[in-house]
Amino acid sequence: MVNLTIDGIKVSVPEGSTILQAAKEVGIKIPTLCHHPDQAVKANCRVCVCEVEGNRLLAAACAQPVMEGMVVKTRTPKVIEARKTILELILSHHPQDCLNCIRNGNCELQDLANEYFIRDNPFTLKVRGLKKDYSTPSLFRDPDKCVLCRRCIEACTVVQSVNALGLENRGVLSMVVPTMGGDLMDSACVMCGQCIHACPVGAIGEVEEIDKLLAAIADPDKVVVTQIAPAVRVAIGEEVGMKTGDMPMDVFVAGLRQVGFDYVLHTNFTADLTILEEGNELLQRLKEGGTLPMFTSCSPGWINFCETFYPDLLDNLSTCKSPQQMFGPLVKTYWADKMGIDPAKIYSVSIMPCTAKKFEAARPEMNASGYRDVDLVLTTREIGRLFRMSGLDFDKLAGTNFDSWMGAYTGAAVIFGASGGVMEAALRTVYEVVTGKTLEDVNFEVTRGITGIKEAEVDLDGTLVKVAIANGLSNARKLMDQVRAGESPYHFIEIMACPGGCIGGGGQPITKANAKRVERIDSIYVEDEKCAIRKSHENPEVKTLYDEFLHEPLGHKSHELLHTHYQAKNKKYL
Amino acid sequence: MDYKDIIASYADKPGGMIEAYHAVQRELSYLPVEAVTEAARVFNLPASAAYGVATFYSMFSVASRGKNVIRICESAPCHVAGAAEVVAALERELGVKMGESTANGQFALEYTECVGQCQATPVITINGKVHLDVSPAKVPAILAEYK
Repeated sequence: MVNLTIDGIKVSVPEGSTILQAAKEVGIKIPTLCHHPDQAVKANCRVCVCEVEGNRLLAAACAQPVMEGMVVKTRTPKVIEARKTILELILSHHPQDCLNCIRNGNCELQDLANEYFIRDNPFTLKVRGLKKDYSTPSLFRDPDKCVLCRRCIEACTVVQSVNALGLENRGVLSMVVPTMGGDLMDSACVMCGQCIHACPVGAIGEVEEIDKLLAAIADPDKVVVTQIAPAVRVAIGEEVGMKTGDMPMDVFVAGLRQVGFDYVLHTNFTADLTILEEGNELLQRLKEGGTLPMFTSCSPGWINFCETFYPDLLDNLSTCKSPQQMFGPLVKTYWADKMGIDPAKIYSVSIMPCTAKKFEAARPEMNASGYRDVDLVLTTREIGRLFRMSGLDFDKLAGTNFDSWMGAYTGAAVIFGASGGVMEAALRTVYEVVTGKTLEDVNFEVTRGITGIKEAEVDLDGTLVKVAIANGLSNARKLMDQVRAGESPYHFIEIMACPGGCIGGGGQPITKANAKRVERIDSIYVEDEKCAIRKSHENPEVKTLYDEFLHEPLGHKSHELLHTHYQAKNKKYL
Repeated sequence: MDYKDIIASYADKPGGMIEAYHAVQRELSYLPVEAVTEAARVFNLPASAAYGVATFYSMFSVASRGKNVIRICESAPCHVAGAAEVVAALERELGVKMGESTANGQFALEYTECVGQCQATPVITINGKVHLDVSPAKVPAILAEYK
């Protein structure tokens, strides 16, 4: 242990700790901007400078290791003046555009400017006037707002191994750019949106489409129907001042009705359906010698990744569409028919924790219903904005139920929102289908948690099935390299593009640390425990769907509406 | 030599990417996107990283430019010694502005930081070769060497 004094307070921390970590131990907050709790030290913004007795120069607290007997002062006039100057210099390159910014009210630079009461910046404003990038349907980039912290680059390279973002040029000319300085769409970007969470400011964000929703709601000829993804509920409360997981589902549904949705249904319904289709697909592949290991196909960021980097393994992907894209065609065929609604009038909106879902819904082939299957995808954050605009008081709002026929769900669908959830849900069903026995304990603890790669072996009445689960694309890459080398021991692999699974998706409330992802995961399993039914094949509305419409998993109708094939992207640069 | 062969000849050298880039530039005067992509493949790096290296160093250019790269020091000692007049002479002689290349692809005009020859300012370099005590009057003769 190393002993030091910070602002007169004695503290003892392990060797190798930084001043920033030591200060946190004793409750002293040192401001940061480029620092990210789950990333490597960058030390490029210098906002965290402190005085160290005996040193002529100020030290960056995020990078400076503590030393025995060190005396640190974090708020002397010299320190405060330096920090103010640093902020003024950063702001002298930053558009003074807070009111119009997607991160207004949720921006680390804005917070710092406020904390250090930056008023009359003595430096002349000099914005570079760089081109905004709206090339993808999911993400936009506004490079003028970039503070060059490089957190997005680490998210894109180290965490996701996509390497779409990098640095161009040097010094004052440097800028974060997609590969070769081109548009995001031409890079290897998979639209996972992890860069959005990493960005301290508004230099990257989701393409906002709330206006399209408002126009549809205002149109008397449209029936606006929505589906909510499993991971949204646990996080939506964060957008309206509640704690993670605290928004009750029925209140959430009531809120959606209040803002103008005509019918509120649930992606969880098609999550359960996915398990029936995908579980049977796995069993078929095992029985008939199909391509193994089979990969899950729920995560559109992962699909983009596989199409981009592993096109040779596309046959391993389950042919099942994602729950969002199963919901799309069903709501305009089966549901429309049951409700007696003209499918041409249905405007199908999905509420997703995900930015890549916007891209997925726009795929040209996603029109199995004869219409655009999903008309609009909104992220959790966009719905959060809509809720805040609506002025709803969620503490006083009386809950309402989902609408019929595509609103019922089981605990197995709920856990789709967390890494390992699809696997666990599949195992709950596959076990009972194969063995004909009742699964007494539905909890497969080994599949849970934020660990990058998890593996398990399940005994299906004598047949051993080996499974693996990866969250975050750098972990997916490890499993894929193994498959490509012909060395994968697994039968079934679940991949979620985002760390922690959908609860950490690119469309979720801005997630500044993995600790928040863990909180949301815990919340998912609490919800699962509360469900009376926890196995997908016991979902009563899914049973009705098969009885009346699909007839059997992997049947003719299923293939027409619920299954698809993906294609190599052949990106120019990887 | 083809850029692919040039890059391949540095494949086994640790940190060979920068040397490969220099070698490609000796041949082509700049780094075409295809060469950067090829270097990424050969040195097993993402294209974004190979592009980062190609743009980090001012000696490299990812934009097409003239064969003979003239770089004029714009640091203080050369500035005081009359670099601006040298710039004007070069621009006049070649018929292009700083940052541009001649239409026949013979010359590119660029600024550089100090090249460490402050005893004999103003200084220019052409394809890395240093020319000292340059004056507007000397410019035509210097250029003639490369025409």
